[in-house]
Amino acid sequence: MNLLQIAAEGGHSEEQNPLLPPMPELVIGLIAFLIVFGLLAKMLLPRINKVLEERHAAIEGGMEKAEAAQIEAESVLQQYKDQLAEAQREANRLREEAREQGVALIQEMRAEGQRQREEIIAAGHSQIEADRKAASLSLRQDVGKIATDLAGKLVGESLEDSARQSRVIDRFLDELESKAPADAEAGATR
Amino acid sequence: MSAADQMLALDTSCKIFVDGGCGFQSPGLHSFIFKPMFTVGGLEFNKPMLLALLTTLVLCVFFWKAFANPKVVPGKLQMVAESGYDFVRRGIVYETIGKKEGEKYVPFLVALFFFIWLMNIWSIIPLAQFPVTSIIAFPAGLAIMVYVTWMSLTFKRHGFVGGLKNLTGYQKGLGAVLPLVMLIEFFSNVLVRPFTHAVRLFANMFAGHLLIVMFTIATWFFMNGMGWLYTPVAFVMVCVMIAFELFIQAVQAYVFVTLSASYISGALEEAH
Repeated sequence: MNLLQIAAEGGHSEEQNPLLPPMPELVIGLIAFLIVFGLLAKMLLPRINKVLEERHAAIEGGMEKAEAAQIEAESVLQQYKDQLAEAQREANRLREEAREQGVALIQEMRAEGQRQREEIIAAGHSQIEADRKAASLSLRQDVGKIATDLAGKLVGESLEDSARQSRVIDRFLDELESKAPADAEAGATR
Repeated sequence: MSAADQMLALDTSCKIFVDGGCGFQSPGLHSFIFKPMFTVGGLEFNKPMLLALLTTLVLCVFFWKAFANPKVVPGKLQMVAESGYDFVRRGIVYETIGKKEGEKYVPFLVALFFFIWLMNIWSIIPLAQFPVTSIIAFPAGLAIMVYVTWMSLTFKRHGFVGGLKNLTGYQKGLGAVLPLVMLIEFFSNVLVRPFTHAVRLFANMFAGHLLIVMFTIATWFFMNGMGWLYTPVAFVMVCVMIAFELFIQAVQAYVFVTLSASYISGALEEAH
């Protein structure tokens, strides 16, 4: 007995409409599907979704980390550049300052030298004045004495009357002096 | 009767040029009717039922192995399953319903796609060689489930009146033709849709199986005397049909799931 005959017999006994779903098949089909659906929906897909999210996060996270590292590197580079520029500015400032200080120092030293020179000159002047005064004083005494001696010798007698003596000398010297300033002024203008 | 008789769709003794033999046993509706193989608690199990249950078993084992202990760095099996999952999720659900609304229906549609695909694939697996979806009960059950989901979503989202408006394509601007449009839309959406949804899948697999069986029987039938000349032609046609069916099986599963997604998307749509 072959299947064809079985089918033919079955076909005649049961209503053979391929568009009429037999109930057992319908139920079995639904149960079969619902088992697959339940397993996937309740157990397996949540798990794989979690892992897919994790993977996504891992990839995203790696990218973010790389980005963060790059940003940090850039900021560090910028920082170094800033520091370098700052150092450059500082060096320039120091150099400028040193130059200014040098100029000020030179000026100061020059002023000091000037002052010292003037001091020395002034000291020399006063020294010369003092010497001149001392010399003129001693000269006056010496000239007086010599003149007196000479006059004494000439008249042959000692002029003991000092009052007269000094009056004569002073008169002589005044005459000398009234001549001398005129000579000195003539020398200074020359 | 032996198990071999159960498996075959033809009488093996029937060949061309055999004296007193029989004619060509063309396949037909009888090719889709199976004797019960055994009975459990009054329920008679036949081959399509067993294949449906086997589908469940294979899918559960496959996805269990792939997804039970998923790794961030996937193994080969997980990668294959993931790409399938991703295909349905991104390629169908996100495209049709959108990411925000669609996420909730991903498990349903993923299960639907792989279930239908594998039930179709049995068509060309040796020994099984029967597409379970060519028995109307299986696509009908799935289509009814999609229909129930779609209808309940429509009324839950829009209320009774809003749901009816959604189903009948209510638009104020249509004026006088509105009643006609509503009638046609109601007929086409509510009554015809579930039917075409199921029959589209059923008829495709039915026809494909019929063609494969016909060329297979022909290959066998010609294996006698002069008939050998025709055998290669028939056999090549068997191979071509198998390759074609491999394509159609995937396409029909895709179409069924895409339509389901678009029905759900229509239910979730804002009222115009």
